[in-house]
Order: sequence, then structure tokens, then C-alpha cells
Amino acid sequence: MTSFALPRGLDRPRLADALQRYGVYAAVLALLVFNGIFTDHFLTADNLRTQLVQVSPVVIVALGMALVIGTEGVDLSVGSTMALSGALLPLYLGYGLLPSLLVALLAGVVVGLVNGSLVSLVGLQPIVATLALFVGGRGLALVIADGQLKQIENTDLLSLGTDSVLGIPVVVLIAGVLAAMVAGLVQRTTFGRQLVAVGGNRRAAALAGLPVRRVLIGVYVICGVLASLAGVLATARLTASDPSSLGNLMELSAITAVVVGGTPLTGGSVRVLGTVFGALLMQLLHATLVTHDLHDSTAQMVQAGIILVAVYVARERRAR
Amino acid sequence: MAPPEAAAAQSAPPGPDGPGDPAAPPAPVLEAVGVSKRFPGVVALDDVSFTLRAGEIHALVGENGAGKSTLIKILTGVHRPDEGELRLGGEPVAFHRPHEAQQAGISTIYQEVNLVPLMSVARNIFLGREPRTRLGLVDFRRMHRETAELLGGFGITADPRRPLHTLGIGTQQMVALARAVSVRARVVVMDEPTSSLEPREVETLFRVTGDLHARGISLVYVSHRMDELYRICDRVTVLRDGRLVHTGDLADTDRVRLVSMMLGRELARVRKEAAEGHDDGRTPAAEPVLTATGLSRRHLLDDIGLDLRPGEVLGLGGLLGSGRTETAKALAGALPLDGGEITVGGRRLRRISSAAAIRAGISLLPEDRKAEGIVPGLSVRENIVLAALPRLSRFGFISRRKQDRVVDIFMKRLRIKAAGPEQKVGELSGGNQQKVLLARWLCLEPRVLLLDEPTRGIDVGAKAEVQTLIDELAAEGLAVLLISSELEELVEGADRIVVLRAGSVAGELTGDDVTEGGLLTVLAETAPDAVPQPAPEAGDPPDAPAQAEAEAEAEDAPGAEGEPDGVPDPRKEDPR
Amino acid sequence: MKSLADTALPAPAGPPPPLTVTAEPRPSGRQRAAELLQRQGVLAVLVLLCVISSFLFDSFATLDNTRGVTIQASFLSIVALGMTLVIVTGGIDLSVGSVFALGGVVAAWASQYGFLPALLLPLVVCGAIGAINGLLVAKAGMAPFIVTLASLLGARGLLLALTHEGAKTYLVPRGSAFQKLGGGAVWGFGYPVLIALALFGLGGLLLQRTSFGQALFAVGGSGDAALLMGLPVARTKVLVYTLSGLLAGFAGALNAARLSSGVTIIGVGMELDAISAVVIGGTLLVGGAGSVSGTLWGVLLLGVIQNLINQIGSLNSSYQSVVSGGFLIVVVVAQRYLSAARRGT
Repeated sequence: MTSFALPRGLDRPRLADALQRYGVYAAVLALLVFNGIFTDHFLTADNLRTQLVQVSPVVIVALGMALVIGTEGVDLSVGSTMALSGALLPLYLGYGLLPSLLVALLAGVVVGLVNGSLVSLVGLQPIVATLALFVGGRGLALVIADGQLKQIENTDLLSLGTDSVLGIPVVVLIAGVLAAMVAGLVQRTTFGRQLVAVGGNRRAAALAGLPVRRVLIGVYVICGVLASLAGVLATARLTASDPSSLGNLMELSAITAVVVGGTPLTGGSVRVLGTVFGALLMQLLHATLVTHDLHDSTAQMVQAGIILVAVYVARERRAR
Repeated sequence: MAPPEAAAAQSAPPGPDGPGDPAAPPAPVLEAVGVSKRFPGVVALDDVSFTLRAGEIHALVGENGAGKSTLIKILTGVHRPDEGELRLGGEPVAFHRPHEAQQAGISTIYQEVNLVPLMSVARNIFLGREPRTRLGLVDFRRMHRETAELLGGFGITADPRRPLHTLGIGTQQMVALARAVSVRARVVVMDEPTSSLEPREVETLFRVTGDLHARGISLVYVSHRMDELYRICDRVTVLRDGRLVHTGDLADTDRVRLVSMMLGRELARVRKEAAEGHDDGRTPAAEPVLTATGLSRRHLLDDIGLDLRPGEVLGLGGLLGSGRTETAKALAGALPLDGGEITVGGRRLRRISSAAAIRAGISLLPEDRKAEGIVPGLSVRENIVLAALPRLSRFGFISRRKQDRVVDIFMKRLRIKAAGPEQKVGELSGGNQQKVLLARWLCLEPRVLLLDEPTRGIDVGAKAEVQTLIDELAAEGLAVLLISSELEELVEGADRIVVLRAGSVAGELTGDDVTEGGLLTVLAETAPDAVPQPAPEAGDPPDAPAQAEAEAEAEDAPGAEGEPDGVPDPRKEDPR
Repeated sequence: MKSLADTALPAPAGPPPPLTVTAEPRPSGRQRAAELLQRQGVLAVLVLLCVISSFLFDSFATLDNTRGVTIQASFLSIVALGMTLVIVTGGIDLSVGSVFALGGVVAAWASQYGFLPALLLPLVVCGAIGAINGLLVAKAGMAPFIVTLASLLGARGLLLALTHEGAKTYLVPRGSAFQKLGGGAVWGFGYPVLIALALFGLGGLLLQRTSFGQALFAVGGSGDAALLMGLPVARTKVLVYTLSGLLAGFAGALNAARLSSGVTIIGVGMELDAISAVVIGGTLLVGGAGSVSGTLWGVLLLGVIQNLINQIGSLNSSYQSVVSGGFLIVVVVAQRYLSAARRGT
């Protein structure tokens, strides 16, 4: 933490800029080095694989969250969306993995359409618009699942959670592919660039004739789909559908990953790799603290501190 | 309209300054002495002195960027001057917050009513100084009673319990005025109070200002409407580019001279140049590519019609607040209209939206480059291709090759100076940002280009480049609408000038009439609906009652205020 | 100088206004209906729901059931009261759930030292967290959303640290005065209910009848205007977040007294329940308008919905959040259109 103290006399804006841009990579690297020296059995393939598997659902949700935050919005409903897709999944497994997967993802599409319409057509603040489905979504999931935890017996689905390809767990592979796809979406597609422009200056974007409403709805739909996919994968890992706890506090983890990754809350920029590393940082930090007998309590307080520093740094950069 | 004799008496030759001398100007209430204020990159005020005398209504005029707002903000404690000092009643003062200036008796009414819309009328008036009951709770009964009395004094009956936003803009303005006055103000600063008022509301406002005047309160009055200034103000101060240009009695300054001082064009030079005329050899097509008729929007535009031919530059003239920007926005589909029709290339635009206008080939370079133009976090390349993204993509994937080609062409052609196409636009100079925006629109290959103040705030070199470019574009057959507050730019750039005043077309200059002198004359002309005498251009019938009121007012006010005797000494002449 | 000031007396005892008298047009019937609906809509729904339910369920309109619903609602209502004040300023406080739980744990721990420590210590701790929130929002200019998100985590972390990672539950000594504060009752209505009612009375006075309340509205309605009118905007914000922290902590302490222990796992998601209640109660999330009475009805409405779902029996409790979420959408969308109608657009 002391490394964040800015010495007086230095060029603070530039330092803040560099910190926001590269801070998260440096922090991940520092953690790995620290653990390599001080923690036994940390830098082993097994442990790293475990860490990656655990962080994958967060990464997937955070990717969607990064897009939403890039448009100056926020999506609180991601955790509930995970629960919803987790609850729908076992209902259609009888027809095979694919149909049930499609139904689960469709839930994400619907959630995204509702959120996006409330934001762009009705003109609600994103916090309120997504709060409704945060509250209602999980309830709906519990109603669908009848409040029950359901064991998953479909082997196709279970293999999603346990199989590996070339030693890399499928879950991690999916997260990696999605990260690459989202990065491509942001960097290489019309939609991605319009998204960033809408977040950077909505009035200018509208005056330049961009389809602002369509872009906003699209962003929330993508976020919903990614969250529902994360719900499917998490369910496969758990080998059970548990709508009451699946995705709890996921919105906080995702927002944290995005903010720590250097994406400004004020929109106009999406840092995909930063978001992935933001999620990794929080995961490694947690693991490090736990292996050193520092508990959840410390981890949470450190997390709070890191969020505040990340946002404060971003604020300083903006004020330039 | 202050009678000339009264004004003349006030401006009587500066005699000996003895305090007992009846001809001496009244003591200053509020002075700014040698005030300078710098913001990053700009000198907003440069050694400006301003004197407000007791009991006078002092007009403060100047175009955009002249420093009026900064001066007002210094007088009212929002900003602190970097150099110079403020004096209140002769004593040096320093205000650290708006609150302190208010405590000292300086109240301000801003152009955009600066009250809290959702709160009630009474709560707004007493915000921060609510009357209390014995229990220390807010005494609403007293608040409502006093509010009703206060507004009643202005001739307004509005329920003090109503939320402010349910009232008309004019009444809201009166509430702001009531608040300003009820804090025992000695000085009231009014920043374009009439810009969103209806004629009837303007009359009420003037009655109230007359009332304040009679009570010996000094007013600083900012407005661009010549008629208003000449009607109610005693003296005038003109600012331009952050410097003091002129202070003096308004009656000694004729309209054309005042306008030319505001715009910074010397009359003699203007007249000389006028004789020379100009010709740039462009030959506009006969058929207009864009025709607009009856564009109307409450408070902003009133039945504006114009057409634009390929190959011509049409200038849109007018003082600040005359509706130039709104007209451009309306043409570009960015301003919802109450009525009107826009035809491009013979086809009427059905749905008026930015996207539809752009599809029809209309591009607007907006006035506010930062808020409405650039996306600061994106690169030069991305800002240029923003509007053309779909055209430079295949199946939704952007093609860097196509983009680079377009960007390269325009960066060269417009001579955009940047470290490269990947530099962030936010880091460029104003001139280069403007060129980037021009490039954004040009790569759409528009038929009509609307340029709202294309050279504002950019350096001289870039300015000349942009002006040349405009000429070239027109020569290539583009129809260009040019808005500029600089007479020279407008006259030299445009083939034809339509002049707006108060949201409607006031006149058009064509051919040899396109001169600064000609433009100044139209700009300084009196608006037909505000003159007490029969209007030269046959005033519109609906405004007849307002005229009658204005007349009655003009005769009434000075007499009631006992002003003709010259120096309005508030101690003696307060009728109460 | 002096004489000048004297002549500028505000008393407008001038001659009767000449010429025009500007009579404002009365608001149209539609505008007034919209206003009424926005202001009293929740209460109407609440009353209607209660009337219908009392016909449908014999056990609904009983004294026992009323006691149950009110004691359930009392803790959330105190938290929502603070949230109302924050939201009126255009802010939001996501930390209240954690602060509520923390207040309970601190109170339970301190109750071994007597009544006063059990009451005051949570107020000090939670007030301090609120004040930090306020300072970061008002002075550092950070977004309320993210600041209070961080303190949501921070407060929960502090709670875990105090309870050996949630393994230790502090108990309130049996028969202590502090326990009676939560468990006692007048005519069957628990002290927490009465305290909540008293706090709402005070909160209503604070919001509607004091200068501080007026400043809250002004800051939320138009921060720039408030600043130009010379209001202490930053101080108002710091105070309102402090107040929210204090109320959340106090509610937590009361809850601990009622449960006789500092339960560590409560309060998760409570901030969102509180926000829902406030919004359903007609307070605008953009700030500048709202009432504490609306929040009270909002909390009760949520409580009654939950009670009804329990009464129906065949429905499990998860329907409650479905109904609440659906209700929230309806309310915010309606608010949006009603405020448009009130502006006459």
C-alpha cells in the first residue's frame, strides 16, 4: 500500500496516469514475486490452476460490466442473472446440454433487454434500472427452482466444469476466449467503437448520428448474456444449481475488477486486459492473505482500500 | 427608454468633483479597479476597471469571450481576481464565496434561473435564511406571507407553495429577482435576464427594475438586446477580449458605434472597406439544395426560413442570443421543433433527427467543440471516422485499412498537426481539434455543411487555414452555412448574409451590400416590436398591447422616480 | 453607506402595481392528478392492499399480525430513514447493510459494560464510517456509489475482524437494560417500533421544518444553485452521510438488543431493500424531492407484501423479492412519466 503514496514534487498527474494504466499489472506481478519468495507451494501449476478456475466466472462477468461501465453505466443485476440462469439450467437438461444452455443464455438476453430499455428508452439512471432486476431476479430464480438446491447429473455439463484441454481447465479457456472476443469487440467492431464514443461524450455521439439507444441496449444485453454464461459455468463447477447463493455479491466483485483494472467510472474507455488483471489481482490478493493466515476480514478491508485508491487515482487524472 | 434629457443631465460635463456639487456623479457603490483574471491558457480579464454608481442602471456589453461573465463572477464572489481589487462603498473588499458577496448586499440573477426547480417559490426565496418559530423550526406561515407580499410588490400573484418549475420562466425570473432584492441588496447584477422571456414578461421585469431603481438600488444589466439597453440603462461599459473598451453614458453612444465597439471594428475602416467590395469568383447554383421554412420553437426560433445553394457560403449574422446556433441545430435535426419544414435536394425530411439529417447530407460543426464535438479520450483517427464508422466497416468489423486511408487524406488535406493519428484528441490544440471535427464531417461527403463559429478560440494561423478551406469547399460545390460573431470573417467569407434578431429573420444582405457597414446597420436596427413609436417595418399586430404598455411605461417611470432633475440621490428621492 | 443600505429595505410598500398583473395559470387537472399520485400513490396502494387482505385472510387484520409486521419493519425503516436523507441530496449510501450488522456486533460486544456503552459505542463507530463516506464524497469529490461500495466491504471486514472471522457471536447479557430496549413492549408494540416512529417524526421535522432540511433539498435539486445561493454544500453532504451511518448503526444496535446477540450474517443486501423502500416511497433518486413519510409507507408496503406471501403459505418466500422487484420497476417508470407530466411536457 505504501507504494501508492505519491511523493511531493513529482509530476502527480503523469504518475497517476501511469498508475491507472499499468498499476494493476505491476501489482499482479509484485504479488506473484512476493509469493514466489515467501509462500511455499504458491507458484505451482496446481495452485495457479486453482486460482484461475476460481477467478474465471468473475472475469466473465467483469468483461460485461466493463462494457457497461464504458458507457457510463453500471449493472447491479449480474449476480441475480447468474442465479437465474443457474436455476433455469437443470429444467431443460433432459433435452440435452445445448437446449438448456440456450434457455439459460436467453434469460441473460431478456434481463439485458429490460435493463437496456429502462436505461436508454425510459431514461432511468443505470443504478435504479438494474436494481429492480437485482431484487427481482434472484427471487425469480428461487421461485423457478422452488428454493431447492438441485444436483446436476448431466455429464456434458459437469465436464464443462472439470475437464481440461492440454492441462488448462475448460472454464479458464472459455474465460480467455471471451476476453479475447470482448477485446476484439471493443477494438475492432463498429459497435465497440460506438460504445466507447457514447460513453466518452454522449451528446457528441448523438450529434454525430450514432445509434445511441441501440448501442446502450446492446451493451446491457451482452452484459446479461455474459453473466448468464458465468452462471452456467459456476453451476457446472459446483455440480449443483444453487440459486440462493450463486452469484451473491458478484456485482461488487465485477465492479471492483473493472475499476481496479483502470476503466474509469466516467465512461469513454474500456480496458479489457486491465479488467482481467483486476479480477486476477483481487483473487491472488485473497489467496495470499489467506495463506498467510490473514482472514476474510483483512481481505475485505484491503479490497475496500484498493477500490478507493483506484477511483481516487482515476479522479486525479480526470481533473488534469 | 430613459428620456435623453435625463441621461444628458446625468452625463453633464465633469465639473469639479466636490461632494457638494450637484452636477458631480454620485458616489460609486461598487468598483473593480484594475482587475485581471487568468484561467489556464486564457486571460479572461486584463486590467479591467468598472465603476457602478449609486442608483444607476449600468449596461455591461460585449460578445462571447469578452469577459463579461468573468467580471460578473468576480463582482459576485464566485471568482477571485488575480490582480486588482474590489471596492464596496469605497472600502476594499475581498469575497471568498458567493455567500459573502450576498451578505455585503450584492445579489445576482443569472441567465438560466439559478434556483432549485423542485422546491416551492417561498422556499427558494428564503433558502438559507428561513424565518424560525420560537421552537427553532422553519416558520412556513411567515415565509408564505412574506413571499406573497414580496411578489405582490412586483405585481405578481403566484402561490408561494407551488414548486418553482411549475411557473413560467418569466415568473421564475421574478422569483429570482425577489430573492435578490429581499436579502437587502444594494447592488443587483442581472445577467441576460430577458433572454428566455416573452415580451409581456419583459415588461413586468422592466417595471420591477424601475421599481428597484426608484428605491436607489444600483443595477448591472447584461444584455445583447440594444432596445432594452437604450430603454432602461444610464451608462454602459463595453468589454472585448478581456479588455475594457469603453465606459460612458449610453445616451452619448449611438447604436452603430456601440455595436462596432463590441465587435471590434472601427467604423471609419468599415466604411472605407465597404467601398471596395469583394468578389471571390464563386458561382452558386441557381437551385437551392436545402430549403427551410417556418422553423419555430418556443422562446428560441420564430418562423425562420432560408435556403442554401450548392457552391455558396451563406452567412448567418446576428448578435449573441439571436438564434443563430439554434437555427443551425434545427437544420441538423438536433433541436426539436414546434413547427417547420426542411427540404434537402427536393425531398422533405420526415423525421427530424440527427441521424436523418446526416443521411440526407447535412453536417453540423457544433459551436461547443468540447461538449458537443470531440470525444476527448479517443484518438484523432477515431474522432475523424466516428460518424462514418458504418461506411468504413465490413459486417460490423472496422477496416483499419480503409480508416487509415481516409484519415491520412484528411490529416494531410486539413494539415492536422498531431503526433500521429493515434494521439488523443484531448491533447491537441483548439485549432487542430476543430480541423479533426471538420474532417469528421467531410469524410461523410455532405451536401450541406453548417459551421457554427468554426474559428472560435483557435490561433491565427489555423484560423486562416480554416477560412481558406471553407472557400475551397464551397468552390467544390458544397453548400456552406457560416455562423460567426466576427464581422470580418462573416463578410469576407459569405456570399450572402441572413441576419437574425430575437429568433427571427431581420434582414438579408446580398451582392454589394455584404459589407461590414451594411451588417452593422442591420444589427443595430431597432427590433420592430419593442419600439414605442410606429415601427418602420410595420410591427406585428400581436404585439400591439406590449407596445402600448411600453409606451405607457416609458412615460410613466421617469416621472414617478423623480429622475429628470439629474443626479438621482437615493436619500432624497426615495418616494417613501 | 449606511443610508444606502437603509434605502434598500426590502419592504415593498410601494404604490399598487401598475398595468399588468401576472397571474400564473393554475396547474392543469392532469398535472395535479400526477402530483397527487406521485405524492400519495404508495399510501393509497398500502391502504388498498391492507383492506383487501383483511377480507381475504382472517389472520391479517389481527393485533398480533400487526405487531409482527411492524416489529419486522422497524429496523429496515430506521435504515431507510437515513437513506432517504442521503438520496434527497442526490447521493446514495450502499454501506448501510454492513454498517447495520457492524452496529449490532459492536453493541452486543459493548453490552457487557452496561447500557450506555452498548448504545453509544455503535453510534460512534458507525457515525465515523458515515463521516468518512461524507468526507470522501464532499471533499475528495468521489462518486457516492463507489465510496459507499468500498465502505460496504470495509465495514463488513471490520465486523469479521471483530468476531474472529464471524466465528464469535457476542451475546447481550440476559435481563440487562439493553436487552429490554429491544425486547420490551408497550401494549404489545415493541420498543423498536415506537423508537422508529419517534425517529420518523424527528426526521420529518428535520427534513421539512429546519434549515438543514431545506439545504438537503437544495443540494439535491441543484447543487450549483445551492452553492451560488451561499449554502454550505460540502458540510451538508458530510452531515447527511454521518447521519445515515448513525441511523444504520443505531438500527443494528436495536436489532442486536432484540435478538440478544450480535449476529454477524445479517444486513447483506439490506442497502438495496432500503433503496427500494425509499424509491417506492416517492423519493426521486436524482435528488431534490422526497419525504420521510413516503419511505415509511414504502417500508410497510414491503413488509405487508412479505407478510401476505407468508399468509398464502403455498408460495415460498422468494416471491417476495419478485413482487418487490416488479413493484420497483413499476414505481420508477411511473415516477419518470409522472414527473414529465407534472412539468407539462
